[in-house]
Amino acid sequence: MGFPDRIERTVDIAHPPGTVWTALTTAEGLGAWFGDEATIDLRPGGVARMRWSSGFTVLMRVERVEEPTLFGFTWHIYGLPEDDPRRTYVEFTLEPVGAGTRLRVVESGFAQLSEDAYRSAYDGNTKGWAAELGELVDYLDAA
Amino acid sequence: MPPDIEAIAEQVFTALADPTRRAMLAELASRGPATATDLADRLPITRQAIAKHLALLDEVGLVTAEHGERRRVRYRLRSAPMRVAQQFLAALARDWDGPLEALTEHLDRSIGRTGPPPGSSTPRLKPST
Repeated sequence: MGFPDRIERTVDIAHPPGTVWTALTTAEGLGAWFGDEATIDLRPGGVARMRWSSGFTVLMRVERVEEPTLFGFTWHIYGLPEDDPRRTYVEFTLEPVGAGTRLRVVESGFAQLSEDAYRSAYDGNTKGWAAELGELVDYLDAA
Repeated sequence: MPPDIEAIAEQVFTALADPTRRAMLAELASRGPATATDLADRLPITRQAIAKHLALLDEVGLVTAEHGERRRVRYRLRSAPMRVAQQFLAALARDWDGPLEALTEHLDRSIGRTGPPPGSSTPRLKPST
Protein backbone atom coordinates (compact mmCIF):
# COMPACT_ATOMS: atom_id res chain seq x y z
CA MET A 1 0.00 0.00 0.00
CA GLY A 2 1.58 3.22 -1.11
CA PHE A 3 -1.41 5.54 -1.20
CA PRO A 4 -1.25 7.45 2.10
CA ASP A 5 -4.73 7.89 3.58
CA ARG A 6 -3.75 9.57 6.84
CA ILE A 7 -1.07 11.86 8.13
CA GLU A 8 -0.24 11.95 11.84
CA ARG A 9 1.97 14.23 13.90
CA THR A 10 2.49 14.50 17.63
CA VAL A 11 4.20 17.42 19.28
CA ASP A 12 4.86 18.20 22.96
CA ILE A 13 4.09 21.79 23.82
CA ALA A 14 5.22 23.51 27.01
CA HIS A 15 1.85 25.11 27.67
CA PRO A 16 -1.27 23.72 29.32
CA PRO A 17 -4.16 22.35 27.19
CA GLY A 18 -6.32 25.40 27.87
CA THR A 19 -3.75 27.69 26.26
CA VAL A 20 -3.25 25.38 23.28
CA TRP A 21 -7.03 25.03 22.91
CA THR A 22 -7.40 28.80 22.62
CA ALA A 23 -4.72 28.94 19.92
CA LEU A 24 -6.49 26.19 17.93
CA THR A 25 -10.09 27.30 18.22
CA THR A 26 -10.24 31.09 18.27
CA ALA A 27 -10.01 33.58 15.42
CA GLU A 28 -7.14 35.35 17.21
CA GLY A 29 -5.22 32.09 17.68
CA LEU A 30 -5.73 30.68 14.18
CA GLY A 31 -4.93 34.06 12.64
CA ALA A 32 -1.69 34.25 14.61
CA TRP A 33 -0.02 30.93 13.81
CA PHE A 34 -1.92 29.30 10.95
CA GLY A 35 -3.47 31.82 8.61
CA ASP A 36 -2.83 35.55 8.51
CA GLU A 37 -6.46 36.22 9.37
CA ALA A 38 -9.25 33.94 10.60
CA THR A 39 -12.88 33.73 11.59
CA ILE A 40 -14.53 30.81 13.35
CA ASP A 41 -18.00 29.80 14.50
CA LEU A 42 -16.96 27.25 17.12
CA ARG A 43 -19.76 24.66 17.11
CA PRO A 44 -20.36 21.48 15.13
CA GLY A 45 -21.50 22.56 11.68
CA GLY A 46 -20.00 26.03 12.15
CA VAL A 47 -17.77 27.56 9.50
CA ALA A 48 -14.19 28.69 9.94
CA ARG A 49 -12.24 30.62 7.36
CA MET A 50 -8.53 31.33 7.14
CA ARG A 51 -6.97 33.84 4.84
CA TRP A 52 -3.34 34.36 3.94
CA SER A 53 -1.83 37.65 2.81
CA SER A 54 -1.18 35.98 -0.56
CA GLY A 55 -4.96 36.04 -1.04
CA PHE A 56 -5.35 32.30 -0.57
CA THR A 57 -8.42 31.40 1.48
CA VAL A 58 -9.51 28.11 2.99
CA LEU A 59 -12.92 27.23 4.39
CA MET A 60 -13.32 24.65 7.14
CA ARG A 61 -16.44 23.08 8.58
CA VAL A 62 -16.22 22.50 12.34
CA GLU A 63 -17.19 18.90 13.12
CA ARG A 64 -16.30 18.14 16.76
CA VAL A 65 -15.79 20.46 19.71
CA GLU A 66 -14.91 18.91 23.08
CA GLU A 67 -13.10 21.58 25.06
CA PRO A 68 -10.23 21.27 25.84
CA THR A 69 -9.39 17.81 24.50
CA LEU A 70 -10.72 17.39 20.96
CA PHE A 71 -11.25 19.69 17.98
CA GLY A 72 -12.13 18.34 14.53
CA PHE A 73 -12.93 19.93 11.18
CA THR A 74 -13.14 18.99 7.53
CA TRP A 75 -11.78 20.91 4.60
CA HIS A 76 -11.35 20.68 0.87
CA ILE A 77 -8.46 18.57 -0.44
CA TYR A 78 -5.86 21.09 -1.56
CA GLY A 79 -5.07 20.78 -5.26
CA LEU A 80 -8.39 19.29 -6.31
CA PRO A 81 -10.86 21.35 -8.35
CA GLU A 82 -13.06 23.77 -6.37
CA ASP A 83 -16.25 21.83 -7.09
CA ASP A 84 -14.82 18.49 -6.00
CA PRO A 85 -16.85 17.15 -3.06
CA ARG A 86 -13.97 15.21 -1.49
CA ARG A 87 -12.76 16.53 1.89
CA THR A 88 -10.24 15.41 4.47
CA TYR A 89 -10.96 15.29 8.21
CA VAL A 90 -8.49 16.95 10.59
CA GLU A 91 -8.61 16.09 14.28
CA PHE A 92 -6.56 17.68 17.04
CA THR A 93 -6.41 15.86 20.38
CA LEU A 94 -4.91 17.51 23.45
CA GLU A 95 -3.59 15.46 26.34
CA PRO A 96 -2.07 17.02 29.47
CA VAL A 97 1.50 15.85 30.07
CA GLY A 98 3.03 17.36 33.21
CA ALA A 99 2.38 21.09 32.93
CA GLY A 100 2.35 20.91 29.16
CA THR A 101 0.30 19.36 26.37
CA ARG A 102 0.81 16.47 24.00
CA LEU A 103 -0.87 17.64 20.81
CA ARG A 104 -1.72 15.11 18.15
CA VAL A 105 -3.01 16.01 14.71
CA VAL A 106 -4.44 13.40 12.36
CA GLU A 107 -5.62 14.27 8.87
CA SER A 108 -7.42 11.43 7.11
CA GLY A 109 -9.36 10.75 3.94
CA PHE A 110 -6.72 11.34 1.27
CA ALA A 111 -7.36 7.93 -0.30
CA GLN A 112 -11.14 8.20 -0.45
CA LEU A 113 -12.83 7.77 -3.76
CA SER A 114 -16.18 9.52 -3.98
CA GLU A 115 -19.09 7.83 -5.78
CA ASP A 116 -18.75 10.23 -8.67
CA ALA A 117 -15.02 9.89 -9.04
CA TYR A 118 -15.35 6.13 -8.65
CA ARG A 119 -17.90 5.90 -11.43
CA SER A 120 -16.12 8.20 -13.83
CA ALA A 121 -12.79 6.51 -13.17
CA TYR A 122 -14.16 3.19 -14.37
CA ASP A 123 -17.02 3.80 -16.76
CA GLY A 124 -15.14 5.77 -19.34
CA ASN A 125 -18.20 8.02 -19.47
CA THR A 126 -16.39 11.16 -18.55
CA LYS A 127 -18.12 14.30 -19.55
CA GLY A 128 -15.25 16.27 -20.99
CA TRP A 129 -15.18 19.81 -22.22
CA ALA A 130 -16.27 18.67 -25.66
CA ALA A 131 -19.52 17.34 -24.20
CA GLU A 132 -20.03 20.51 -22.15
CA LEU A 133 -19.43 22.66 -25.21
CA GLY A 134 -21.85 20.44 -27.14
CA GLU A 135 -24.51 21.19 -24.52
CA LEU A 136 -23.79 24.89 -24.81
CA VAL A 137 -24.24 24.74 -28.57
CA ASP A 138 -27.53 22.84 -28.14
CA TYR A 139 -28.71 25.42 -25.63
CA LEU A 140 -27.83 28.33 -27.91
CA ASP A 141 -29.41 26.62 -30.93
CA ALA A 142 -32.62 26.08 -29.00
CA ALA A 143 -32.80 29.72 -27.89
CA MET B 1 -10.83 1.89 0.14
CA PRO B 2 -11.28 0.36 -3.31
CA PRO B 3 -8.11 -1.55 -4.18
CA ASP B 4 -7.91 0.05 -7.61
CA ILE B 5 -7.32 3.60 -6.45
CA GLU B 6 -3.62 2.93 -6.04
CA ALA B 7 -3.46 1.13 -9.38
CA ILE B 8 -5.00 4.19 -11.06
CA ALA B 9 -2.47 6.52 -9.44
CA GLU B 10 0.35 4.22 -10.48
CA GLN B 11 -0.81 4.19 -14.10
CA VAL B 12 -0.95 7.98 -14.18
CA PHE B 13 2.55 8.34 -12.74
CA THR B 14 3.95 5.66 -15.05
CA ALA B 15 2.41 7.44 -18.04
CA LEU B 16 3.83 10.77 -16.93
CA ALA B 17 7.31 9.36 -16.31
CA ASP B 18 7.88 9.04 -20.05
CA PRO B 19 8.68 12.33 -21.85
CA THR B 20 6.99 11.28 -25.10
CA ARG B 21 3.75 10.33 -23.37
CA ARG B 22 3.99 13.47 -21.25
CA ALA B 23 4.20 15.57 -24.42
CA MET B 24 1.24 13.73 -25.96
CA LEU B 25 -0.94 14.09 -22.85
CA ALA B 26 0.02 17.76 -22.57
CA GLU B 27 -0.98 18.27 -26.20
CA LEU B 28 -4.37 16.58 -25.66
CA ALA B 29 -4.90 18.61 -22.47
CA SER B 30 -4.13 21.97 -24.04
CA ARG B 31 -5.58 21.55 -27.54
CA GLY B 32 -8.27 18.94 -27.12
CA PRO B 33 -8.99 15.61 -28.83
CA ALA B 34 -6.66 14.71 -31.72
CA THR B 35 -5.90 11.85 -34.08
CA ALA B 36 -2.56 10.03 -34.13
CA THR B 37 -1.78 11.88 -37.36
CA ASP B 38 -2.51 15.26 -35.72
CA LEU B 39 -0.12 14.43 -32.91
CA ALA B 40 2.59 13.22 -35.29
CA ASP B 41 2.32 16.52 -37.19
CA ARG B 42 2.62 18.62 -34.07
CA LEU B 43 5.21 16.70 -32.07
CA PRO B 44 8.73 15.62 -33.03
CA ILE B 45 7.73 11.96 -32.72
CA THR B 46 7.14 9.34 -35.42
CA ARG B 47 3.56 8.30 -36.12
CA GLN B 48 4.53 4.74 -35.29
CA ALA B 49 5.72 5.71 -31.81
CA ILE B 50 2.63 7.86 -31.31
CA ALA B 51 0.35 4.94 -32.19
CA LYS B 52 2.19 2.66 -29.79
CA HIS B 53 1.89 5.09 -26.89
CA LEU B 54 -1.77 5.87 -27.65
CA ALA B 55 -2.61 2.17 -27.55
CA LEU B 56 -0.94 1.91 -24.14
CA LEU B 57 -2.68 5.03 -22.80
CA ASP B 58 -6.03 3.79 -24.11
CA GLU B 59 -5.51 0.41 -22.47
CA VAL B 60 -4.99 1.93 -19.01
CA GLY B 61 -7.83 4.42 -19.47
CA LEU B 62 -5.89 7.68 -19.62
CA VAL B 63 -7.22 8.46 -23.08
CA THR B 64 -10.37 7.31 -24.77
CA ALA B 65 -10.76 6.59 -28.49
CA GLU B 66 -13.64 8.22 -30.34
CA HIS B 67 -14.56 6.82 -33.72
CA GLY B 68 -15.51 9.57 -36.14
CA GLU B 69 -16.16 9.92 -39.85
CA ARG B 70 -14.02 8.24 -42.52
CA ARG B 71 -12.63 5.79 -39.95
CA ARG B 72 -10.76 8.57 -38.22
CA VAL B 73 -10.05 7.84 -34.57
CA ARG B 74 -9.65 10.77 -32.25
CA TYR B 75 -8.15 10.43 -28.79
CA ARG B 76 -9.38 12.38 -25.80
CA LEU B 77 -7.73 12.79 -22.41
CA ARG B 78 -9.66 11.24 -19.49
CA SER B 79 -9.57 13.50 -16.47
CA ALA B 80 -10.87 11.07 -13.79
CA PRO B 81 -7.57 9.17 -13.31
CA MET B 82 -5.70 12.49 -13.16
CA ARG B 83 -7.90 13.56 -10.25
CA VAL B 84 -7.02 10.37 -8.40
CA ALA B 85 -3.33 11.13 -8.91
CA GLN B 86 -3.95 14.68 -7.63
CA GLN B 87 -5.27 13.18 -4.38
CA PHE B 88 -2.05 11.25 -3.97
CA LEU B 89 -0.03 14.41 -4.53
CA ALA B 90 -2.24 16.31 -2.07
CA ALA B 91 -1.27 13.87 0.68
CA LEU B 92 2.42 14.26 -0.14
CA ALA B 93 2.15 18.03 -0.30
CA ARG B 94 0.34 18.38 3.03
CA ASP B 95 2.68 20.14 5.44
CA TRP B 96 1.79 19.89 9.13
CA ASP B 97 5.36 20.32 10.39
CA GLY B 98 5.52 23.99 9.42
CA PRO B 99 2.20 25.01 11.06
CA LEU B 100 2.91 22.98 14.23
CA GLU B 101 6.26 24.69 14.57
CA ALA B 102 4.54 28.04 14.08
CA LEU B 103 2.00 27.09 16.76
CA THR B 104 4.74 26.28 19.28
CA GLU B 105 6.54 29.54 18.50
CA HIS B 106 3.29 31.51 18.74
CA LEU B 107 2.55 30.08 22.20
CA ASP B 108 6.08 30.70 23.45
CA ARG B 109 5.89 34.27 22.19
CA SER B 110 2.49 35.07 23.71
CA ILE B 111 3.42 33.55 27.07
CA GLY B 112 6.68 35.50 26.91
CA ARG B 113 4.67 38.72 27.12
CA THR B 114 3.47 38.00 30.66
CA GLY B 115 6.21 35.61 31.73
CA PRO B 116 9.96 35.72 31.54
CA PRO B 117 11.53 37.23 28.40
CA PRO B 118 12.31 34.87 25.53
CA GLY B 119 15.78 33.42 25.65
CA SER B 120 15.97 33.38 29.42
CA SER B 121 17.15 30.19 31.02
CA THR B 122 13.72 29.40 32.48
CA PRO B 123 12.82 25.76 31.86
CA ARG B 124 10.26 25.32 29.10
CA LEU B 125 8.03 23.21 31.30
CA LYS B 126 6.69 25.57 33.94
CA PRO B 127 4.76 24.30 36.96
CA SER B 128 1.04 24.80 36.57
CA THR B 129 -0.57 27.48 38.70
